[in-house]
Amino acid sequence: MSWFHPSIFLIFGAFLIPFLSGRVLKAYLVMIPALVIMTIFLMSPGTYWIYNFLGNEIIFGKVDKLSLIFGYVFSIMSLIGITYALHVEDKGQHMAGFLYMGSSIGVTFAGDYFTLFIFWEIMAFASAYLVFARREKKAVEAGFRYILVHIFGGVCLLGGIILRYIGTGSLLFGPIEHDSSLAFYLILIGFILNAAVPPLHAWLTDAYPEATVTGAVFMSAFTTKTAVYVLVRAFPGTEILVWLGTMMALYGVVYAVLENDARRLLAYHIVSQVGYMVTGVGMGTEMALNGSVSHAFAHILYKALLFMGAGAVIHMTGKRKLTELGGIYKTMPLTFTLYMIGGFAISAFPLFSGFVSKSMVVAAASHEHRPFVMLLLTMASSGTFLHTGLKLPYYMFFGKDSGIRAKEPPTNMLIAMGMAAFLCIGIGVFPGPLYSVLPYEVHFDPYTGDHVTGALGMLMFTALGFFMLLKRLEPEPTISIDADWFYRKGSRVFMWVANKPIAAYEGYIGEIYNLWFTNLTLKLSDFLWRVFDSRIIDGIVNSVASIYLGITSFVWRIFDVRVIDGLVNNFAEFWIDFGGVARLSQTGRVRNYAFFMLLGGGILISYYLFR
Amino acid sequence: MIKRFIDFIDNAENIKKTRKLFYIILILVIFSDFFVHREHAAFFWDKIPGWGALYGFISCVLIIIVSKFIGHQGGVMKDENYYDK
Repeated sequence: MSWFHPSIFLIFGAFLIPFLSGRVLKAYLVMIPALVIMTIFLMSPGTYWIYNFLGNEIIFGKVDKLSLIFGYVFSIMSLIGITYALHVEDKGQHMAGFLYMGSSIGVTFAGDYFTLFIFWEIMAFASAYLVFARREKKAVEAGFRYILVHIFGGVCLLGGIILRYIGTGSLLFGPIEHDSSLAFYLILIGFILNAAVPPLHAWLTDAYPEATVTGAVFMSAFTTKTAVYVLVRAFPGTEILVWLGTMMALYGVVYAVLENDARRLLAYHIVSQVGYMVTGVGMGTEMALNGSVSHAFAHILYKALLFMGAGAVIHMTGKRKLTELGGIYKTMPLTFTLYMIGGFAISAFPLFSGFVSKSMVVAAASHEHRPFVMLLLTMASSGTFLHTGLKLPYYMFFGKDSGIRAKEPPTNMLIAMGMAAFLCIGIGVFPGPLYSVLPYEVHFDPYTGDHVTGALGMLMFTALGFFMLLKRLEPEPTISIDADWFYRKGSRVFMWVANKPIAAYEGYIGEIYNLWFTNLTLKLSDFLWRVFDSRIIDGIVNSVASIYLGITSFVWRIFDVRVIDGLVNNFAEFWIDFGGVARLSQTGRVRNYAFFMLLGGGILISYYLFR
Repeated sequence: MIKRFIDFIDNAENIKKTRKLFYIILILVIFSDFFVHREHAAFFWDKIPGWGALYGFISCVLIIIVSKFIGHQGGVMKDENYYDK
């Protein structure tokens, strides 16, 4: 049977959305994901759509058990997500959603780094739109931070890919040798940034709660889980990931205690949950990898359900803080019930999906005889139930009555939540079908007596602790500073340091101004002249530009063999030139100052962007 | 069914009943943990009946106290307008 790339439906299908409206549009929005589901479920393993490019193979369709299972869940999720968003009038959001889902599936089936990188970048830009689309000042600012962080991640990834290509001559996407080379680490950084591994995680908790109600549901599902997929594919058995993953499982839990914003609390729990998957990848045994993959599968569904539940509350009440919500179970009992199914699933209650997937990672830690990993992950499980299953629903739906009497959300939202809830229970009760599509053979039975009673004991006594310490856990109207502080406030600290001495010598300011102004003009003209004259500045400007604009030019460059060489050369030249500049900075020559002025200009621009 | 559910929760007396039920469940869970078959015990604590319950409770209390300590004493929690200032 011939193969067809499912992303084609979504990516090209997105451009038909502006021309449709009303019922036709709604039917179209549901039909396309349904088509994608069908395409992926009918696929058989193999390698398809191979093209020759620069003497390298470009593979769009690498279909094996690993890519298929992610394909299944992404396609199911696209149908659920779009159903949840059906009432949205803003066609831009639907288009962004389609591009986002299409590129995520594109990453999943990519067989080489070029294809992967292109889809990776479409993903970043399409998802950023879902943040911008809320059109409030805070959302737009968060969207800019989101996109800048992802550009940084993309540059690391691209750098790694190019270095690897120079080193090995291969673009094939597969397990990477643990050679501790720069390429290894750059690709790893690019991937774990998208997996939201602290301290590279703040983009997630910063932007997701600012996205539109429906956009956040898509975001919760795709970016971090494609990152888990690429990590499983490329970095199984990377020891550092065990510890990063364990740390992030607890990190998210700690911040969730402090958080007052409903969706930001859930976002911190994405960090925590992805921690289990990253740990599984780090351990790298068949059981651990199965655990990571099945947990990603289950996680996409219950996390989306939780985001849909919290989103429905925000949509109907207009409030997002726990301190402003409470007592709405009276008028939103359906939303509450559906949310709780997600809550039980993420907490890994027996008969819910989290139980059959999370326990596989924890059991893998036991088999590997890693007592600390096992204990810390179990502790994080307790924290998961504490927040997502107890704190959030308690203060959102019960707690003190806020007097809000919001109605149930639109039917399409409830249907979408119902679909996710159905799967959460279905997978929990019948794990067989999920286990049969995992990449490796499963020798694991979650429903043993001691496992069930142990898990129940852990969960019920967490609940006891929660009710005993209810007073201490009361949400507070605060925000928590996190790693995003460095790019939100850090630039201001820099400015303060720069301003302080100037303010102290106020009397000299006029003089300094004259001195600098005249100097500046002189230097600028000198600089402009030297741009055309000096190879060094020229090289830097070109290289910096080609790296930062790499994303756009990259796509274009694919068609030109010679320029790719140029890009590689430029990249190498950048480092040679950079070394040259570092050496020359001692000579006092004007062109060197010009370089630092450029740098200063960059800092100033970022100050205005982030203030 | 939904209406019954809401009425049930609205009634203060039922809250007491629910609490009792909760305590009964706690006891049952601990009790049952003594009688299950433990075949794959990787660590010594896997053999202790009621270990899960104890560890869950300790974890929960630790998480709340340590996190709130970090939040308040560690200066992580800030005023809501912190970034706007």
